[in-house]
Amino acid sequence: MKPAAFDYVIADSIDMAVASLADGGGDAKIIAGGQSLVPMLNFRLLRPSVLIDINRIGDLAFIEEAGKKIRVGALTRHYQLETSPVIARHLPVLASAMTHVAHLAIRNRGTIGGSLSHADPAAELPMMALLLDAELHIASASGKRTIAARDFFVGALTVDLARDDIVTEIVVPKLPPKTGWGFEEVARRSGDFALAAAAATLTLSAGFISQARIALTGVGDTPVRAAEAEALLVGQALEPGLMDRIIGAVRAAIEPDTDLHASSDYRRHLGGVLAGRAVSAAWRRANESAT
Amino acid sequence: MSKTREITVTVNGGVYRRAVEPRLLLADFLRGELGLTGTHVGCEHGVCGACTVMVESDSVRSCLMFAVQADGCRVETVEGLAAPGKMNALQAAFHEHHALQCGFCTPGMLMTATDMLKKYPLENDDAIREGLSGNLCRCTGYEHIVAAVRAVKAKVTPGP
Repeated sequence: MKPAAFDYVIADSIDMAVASLADGGGDAKIIAGGQSLVPMLNFRLLRPSVLIDINRIGDLAFIEEAGKKIRVGALTRHYQLETSPVIARHLPVLASAMTHVAHLAIRNRGTIGGSLSHADPAAELPMMALLLDAELHIASASGKRTIAARDFFVGALTVDLARDDIVTEIVVPKLPPKTGWGFEEVARRSGDFALAAAAATLTLSAGFISQARIALTGVGDTPVRAAEAEALLVGQALEPGLMDRIIGAVRAAIEPDTDLHASSDYRRHLGGVLAGRAVSAAWRRANESAT
Repeated sequence: MSKTREITVTVNGGVYRRAVEPRLLLADFLRGELGLTGTHVGCEHGVCGACTVMVESDSVRSCLMFAVQADGCRVETVEGLAAPGKMNALQAAFHEHHALQCGFCTPGMLMTATDMLKKYPLENDDAIREGLSGNLCRCTGYEHIVAAVRAVKAKVTPGP
């Protein structure tokens, strides 16, 4: 239960971090909050020869408005996202989701870049990045690139990051006017990973839904968008008959695994229930904001 | 054995300089190097909360942080809550409400409760339970811990 020995490098810039990663030749690891990495080191599931600490890079933790978007630095802690007035105003669904992430001591330390790079199949932040059409900024020794969240998550604990890549920030479009949101999660114990969670945003135009987004986590290897259910909502007002079809489309879109905590069937059922609740809450909030 | 690194950490107001291996967990640094055995080590993978301490006034799991990462930081442990032989309001409430039995989880409970009392309104018992849900206790059934936190919350003067 103690980590194997490693060399420790403090990076004071992104350039130094990516250069150290490249020097490590695939055997180096970035440590940010360490809330997923250190347990794996303690168990010796991972034995990197070099640990590159990015916690002291000054300009990597920020939340700022940039026109119609919000930029969030990779080293921003979950607790900062949970309590930021900018997030509360422009992305309230994200603030709500953060209260479900583990426990305060973990949220104090865990970073958004770390959570997205780790990509636990039941984590909240990857689902929120997918829901909100976020874009990730990635740096490596050979340059910079951006990638849409929908292309970033490729499997359980697997993302589109090369060995010397590092996530530097995410850019999230603000919720448009007349948009409502909902976030719903079921876990065995508050702060545990979700058995299933769902989030939704609905944007209204003249009383009808002009844009619908529904995402789920805990119901497969990666977070998913329920595209068919979203399409059913566009151009409609939310009615009980429609809700049944939405829930059916969500259940058809997911293929959950069975594990120790819940069966596949139970998770599929739950995914439908939670998505339905999230859509209902989004509809209610959208109508409140429209009046 | 990897090469050691010199660090300076302020713990409960005292400044300590030590040379440590990078892999030394903050929890083991506090206990083994500084003799501050009030911080307990339970699961060593961030699940039980027994090793919770404050770093720069935020609660953290000291088993999920390396001592080298605390270089230059202020750390508070359970020993720093009150002067020797004294108890602060939260500790007194734990005593008053019988919020501990074996005491193994208590340092982590106290540090977690300290942070949540500072950061959250804790408007009802559900909120207190949610705040404590990352700390495991195998004796008390939690009821008396919730009661102790509630009692301290009631004494804190509401803000403007």
